[in-house]
Amino acid sequence: MRDAVEPVQRQRTRFVAAIAPILAPLRDPFAATGVTIYIVFVLIAIFALSLVSHDPLEILFNDDGRLVAGEGPSRQHLLGTTTLGRDIFSQLVIGTRAALYVGLTAAVVVALIGTVVGLVSGYFGGWPDAVLMRLADVALGIPFLPFVILMAGFRGPRTSNIILGIALLLWPNTARVIRAQVLSVRERAFVEAARVTGASTWRILFVHVAPNILPLSFLYGSIAVGWAILTEASIAFLGFGPSNQVSWGSMLQDAYASQALSRGDYHWFVPPGLCIVLVVVAGFFVSRGYETILFPKLKD
Amino acid sequence: MVALVAVENLVKHFPVKRSLADVVAGRHPVVHAVDNVSFTLDENETVGLLGESGCGKTSTGRLLLKLDQPTSGRIEIAGKDLATLAGADLKAFRRTAQLVFQNPFDALNPRFNIRRVLAEPMINAGIDRREYADRINAELARVRMQGVGDLLDKFPHQLSGGQLQRIVLARALILGPKFIVADEPVSMLDVSVRAGVLNLMREIQETLGLTAIYISHDLALVRYVAARTFVMYLATVVEDGPTEQVISSPQHPYTKALLAAVPVPHVNQNREPLPIKGNMPNARNPPSGCRFHDRCPMAIARCAAEVPALREIEPGHRAACHLA
Repeated sequence: MRDAVEPVQRQRTRFVAAIAPILAPLRDPFAATGVTIYIVFVLIAIFALSLVSHDPLEILFNDDGRLVAGEGPSRQHLLGTTTLGRDIFSQLVIGTRAALYVGLTAAVVVALIGTVVGLVSGYFGGWPDAVLMRLADVALGIPFLPFVILMAGFRGPRTSNIILGIALLLWPNTARVIRAQVLSVRERAFVEAARVTGASTWRILFVHVAPNILPLSFLYGSIAVGWAILTEASIAFLGFGPSNQVSWGSMLQDAYASQALSRGDYHWFVPPGLCIVLVVVAGFFVSRGYETILFPKLKD
Repeated sequence: MVALVAVENLVKHFPVKRSLADVVAGRHPVVHAVDNVSFTLDENETVGLLGESGCGKTSTGRLLLKLDQPTSGRIEIAGKDLATLAGADLKAFRRTAQLVFQNPFDALNPRFNIRRVLAEPMINAGIDRREYADRINAELARVRMQGVGDLLDKFPHQLSGGQLQRIVLARALILGPKFIVADEPVSMLDVSVRAGVLNLMREIQETLGLTAIYISHDLALVRYVAARTFVMYLATVVEDGPTEQVISSPQHPYTKALLAAVPVPHVNQNREPLPIKGNMPNARNPPSGCRFHDRCPMAIARCAAEVPALREIEPGHRAACHLA
């Protein structure tokens, strides 16, 4: 009996040990806040269709045929309507999907490319470093917004093309910072200790060096979230975005173009602005929490 | 006696960034870290490598562990030529030769707890997982750390310097090496725990029959642990002999100066002025002939012209000086 139970138990403890580092940052109040914000937005995105009261792009009319334009918050329209008679609350809810999709996808791609390039470049030096860093210089030299517009122009106004444009131009920032950090970490004695105890080059790179630079990847990933959402908004404003989709950015641009700011329609532009701020800040909070497990010394 | 380590005409030059003048003149400037060093170490022998900062003693240690490639010369350890080691042979060599680090605060990965730190060498060597716990406990007992509660779950920053250095030692020993390079093993530790760590190292080395090189600038330490001493000056070995003989009858003027510089624990002690002046010359452009001739109080014309060979002055005691 005992023999039968033990492997299962060991498997369970190993599973707990494996996910512990992922859950550990939740003990940090900041990280817990960040994760909570993320969870709330993810839930909103998942259940968006049951939360909305109207089609976000539908132009609404009263029973007597008049446009429901520029109304303040009411029970019918929780955040009022736009000057074109669209329901703001529904736009906000649906916009969560676009924002999370663009923000998180771009962040993952940017952090991944930046981290791998930074690691290889910093650890190996020599010609791989030279090639990758010159490539980074080229990417840094290309103006950001015009390039993303070109991507959208040539490859069609799809969200995936906006993400591609962001990924192609934003990785060098991450790569450069990671590379600088790798240059310092690889000189430390514990890396030499790994070599002298027989670790292979790739093992040293990904097991010994990478975990020590990972907080930077998370940090730059969370910065990329903000950049991606803002870029997507700018593209939407300039008319190169997908016209059949609502995002927080397009809501802000819509409000801006309709002079909602000067008319004091706070119910229109504050909620999407607040949502963008919340998602970006949540990223920073989470990365802060990961720092304490990646650098255990910060905990004490 | 069987020679475990044989070093022949070992040379290590580090290239320096070329200036425009160097490029124009077609020069390739280098720093001379190790120049023409030869020695052999027997099994179970302990030697001290004594010298001031920048004399090449750490470079020598790194070459012995194949952490750097020599510019020329040959190193043979346990019958294997280090230059040709690769793949499985290199892995086997990593189990034979280990390093004890100078700074225990930097030598352990801050992300790993102690269990993981000690398991790493075994993972790399491909040892069966089921053996990990036993071997870790055995090594912790050897370095007298078995009584510390939940030690294996602690992270390096939660331990003291002395404890960390014992863990570093345990990691070096866990694969059962035959040869240990200890690079300034206690210089980063509090004076109060140095003796404890040194005694432990000496005792372990005797029980396991290890060959060891202690790299240090500290004469007292070398005298305490090593039966034989090399003195290095500016990338070359200038004296080699039984530690007590080197100290009681130093043959090279540089060794004499080193001994004269040892502090005396007395405030009002009148001291002879040091017999040498100036600093160690630039290792990019070492002096001709005997590298010490420009600072030597006894130098003669021959010293600037001819490189002195390391020759036997008395049995087992060699010095590289024309006048010895």
